[in-house]
Amino acid sequence: MKKYIFKRCLYMVFTLFIVITITFFLMKAVPGDPLTKMAKNLPEQTKANFYAKYDLDKPVFNQYIKYMGNLVHLDLGESVVYAGRSISETISTTSLVSASVGSIALVIGMTIGIVLGIVAALKKNRWPDYIVMIIAILGITIPVFVLASLFQYVFAVKMNVLPASGWGEARHFVLPIIVLGFGPIATYSRYLKSSMLDTLDQDYILTARAKGLSERKIISKHVLKNSIIPVVTIFASSVVGIFTGAFIIERMFSIPGIGFYFIDSVNNNDYTMILGTTIFYAALFIVMQLLVDIVYVIIDPRIKSSIMK
Amino acid sequence: MQSTENIKKKNDYLNKNSFDIVGVEDDFQEISRPRVSYYKDAWRRFKQNKVALFALFILFALIIFVVVPPILSSTTFNQIDKLSRNLKPCSDHLFGTDKLGRDLLLRVAVGGRVSIVIGIAGAFITSILGCIYGGISAYFGGRVDDIMMRIVEILICIPYLIIVILMSLILKSESIGTLILAMTITGWCGVARLVRGQILQIKSEEYILAAKAMGVSSFRIVTKYMIPNVIGIVIVQITFAIPGYIFGEAFLSYIGLGIQSPGTSWGALASSAQPMLAYHPYQLFFPSLMIALTMLSFTLVGDGLRDALDPKMRK
Repeated sequence: MKKYIFKRCLYMVFTLFIVITITFFLMKAVPGDPLTKMAKNLPEQTKANFYAKYDLDKPVFNQYIKYMGNLVHLDLGESVVYAGRSISETISTTSLVSASVGSIALVIGMTIGIVLGIVAALKKNRWPDYIVMIIAILGITIPVFVLASLFQYVFAVKMNVLPASGWGEARHFVLPIIVLGFGPIATYSRYLKSSMLDTLDQDYILTARAKGLSERKIISKHVLKNSIIPVVTIFASSVVGIFTGAFIIERMFSIPGIGFYFIDSVNNNDYTMILGTTIFYAALFIVMQLLVDIVYVIIDPRIKSSIMK
Repeated sequence: MQSTENIKKKNDYLNKNSFDIVGVEDDFQEISRPRVSYYKDAWRRFKQNKVALFALFILFALIIFVVVPPILSSTTFNQIDKLSRNLKPCSDHLFGTDKLGRDLLLRVAVGGRVSIVIGIAGAFITSILGCIYGGISAYFGGRVDDIMMRIVEILICIPYLIIVILMSLILKSESIGTLILAMTITGWCGVARLVRGQILQIKSEEYILAAKAMGVSSFRIVTKYMIPNVIGIVIVQITFAIPGYIFGEAFLSYIGLGIQSPGTSWGALASSAQPMLAYHPYQLFFPSLMIALTMLSFTLVGDGLRDALDPKMRK
C-alpha cells in the first residue's frame, strides 16, 4: 500500500512538471505582450525597464529555468498588470473565497444528489424516478449562466428577496450556492441511480434476500455501501467543475474568488497571473485525482488486493 | 498390395451419399422472417422511445428555425434601426430588438447557425481523432499503447476549460475555425480512451478468437467485427459531445473570448444581454432558451441512441 502511494506521488510530480512546462511554453506562444494592451506610447527606456523587471528580455529558456526555480518555493512571480501584486498571495486568498462558496455548494449538491439518486433507484419507473431524472437532465443541459440569470431575475429583480450580487454577508451566499449546487445534484443523482441499479442486480443481493434480511438492511448495508464506491471516482472532476463553473458565477455575482481574477487576467493579458492560476488548477485537479484514487483503494477491498499482488 | 486393395474397397464404401445428414429437412436453414439489418433494427427500437423521437423532432424544428428566417427576411441580422431600440416582442419583431434596434429573431437564428455548426463540427472532429488515436493505441498494444496512453493521461490532467481558454488566447480565436481548433485540441482525449477500452474488450471476445482460428484476415476482422462494434458507442459519444461543444462556445463567447462582433452566436447574444437583464429580460431569454433546448434535445436523442444501438438491450 505504502509503495503504491509512493509510486503514485512520484508519478503525480512528474505529471505536474510536464503540465507546468507545457503551460509555460504555451503562454509564451500567446501573441503580443502585456504592454501592447496598456500604454502604447511609452519611451523606449521605460519599455526596456519593464521587460527587464519581468525578465522578458532574456531568452525563453532562461526564463523557464528561473520560473521553475522560483516555483520550488511556491513563488509564482508578480502580476504584470498590477505591479506589486504577488500571484501566490492572490491565489491563496482568492481560492479560499472560491473554496468557501464551492465547498458548501458541493456538499449540499452532493447530499441532495445522493438522496435523489437513492429515491430514483428504489422507485424505478415510477413518478419519483421520472421527477428525479427530469431534474438531472435539466441540471446537465441548462448552462450555468442561464440558471444564474434566471435566479437573479426571479429572486433579485422580481421578488426582491435576495441581493443579485455582492459579497460579505450571508445572504450573498444563497444564490451562487444554489446555482453551483445544481451541477452536483444532477451528476450525482444520475450516477448513483445507475450504480444502485447495477448493485441491485448482483447475486449477493439475491442471497441477502434469500436469507431473509429485511429490505431496510439490504439497502443500507449491502446496496448503498457497494453503490457509493464508484461514485467516489467522480469527486475529483466535480471539485474542478465547481472551480471552473465559478469562472462565470463569480463574475455574475461579483464574488472576489479565483475564477473572477482568472477571467480578469485573461481579459487583461496578465500572463503571469494566467500561468499561475492554470498551474494552480492543474495541481488541484491532479492532487484531487490522487486522493480519490487512494481513497478508492482503501474503501474497495477488491482493488486493494489486486494492487497488493 | 493387400493394403491398397483395402483402401480401394474403403473408398468404394465411402461415397458421397455416406456424408448426407440424416434427419434434417432441406429447408432447415431457410430464414423464416425477413432479414433486419443492424441499423434498421436500431431505428425500430429508437422509434419506440417517444421522448427521443420528440427530441429529434425538436432538433429538426431548430435547424429549420436557424436556416429559414434569415433567407426569407428582407433585412439582415446586422441591420441597425435607431427608431426601434430595445423593443419588446411584437408582431414586427417576434423576439424583440436589441439596444441597437437589430431584430433579435434574425440574430438568434444566425447565432444558432454558428453554435450548431461549432457543436457538430467539434464533436465530429474530436470523435474521428479520438477513434484514430485510440484505435492505433489498442491495435498495436504493448509499448506503443503505454506511451500513447501516458500522453493522454497527462493532457487530461489540465482542466478542459483552462486549455480551451489558453488555446483561444494563443490562436486569437474570433472566427468559427480557430474556435473549433481551440476546443478540439485536447477534446479527443476522452474519445481515445473510450475507443481504446472498447477495442481491447472486443479483442478478447470469443468471436474474434473464432474468426482468427478460421483464418479470417486481420483486415477483415477490423472492418467486419471491430469497426461495427465500436461505431455504436462512437455515434452515441458524438451526440453527447455536441451539447458540450455548444456550451463550450457559449461559455467562451460569454467571457468575451469567442465569436466577435459583427458575427454572433447564442453565447455572444446571451453575454451582451446579461447587463440588461433587469430591464429587458427577453433579450437574454431567447438565446438562453435556444441553448438549453438544443442541449436538452441532443442529450435526449443521445440517450435514445444509446439504448437503441446497444444490442444487449434487445429483449
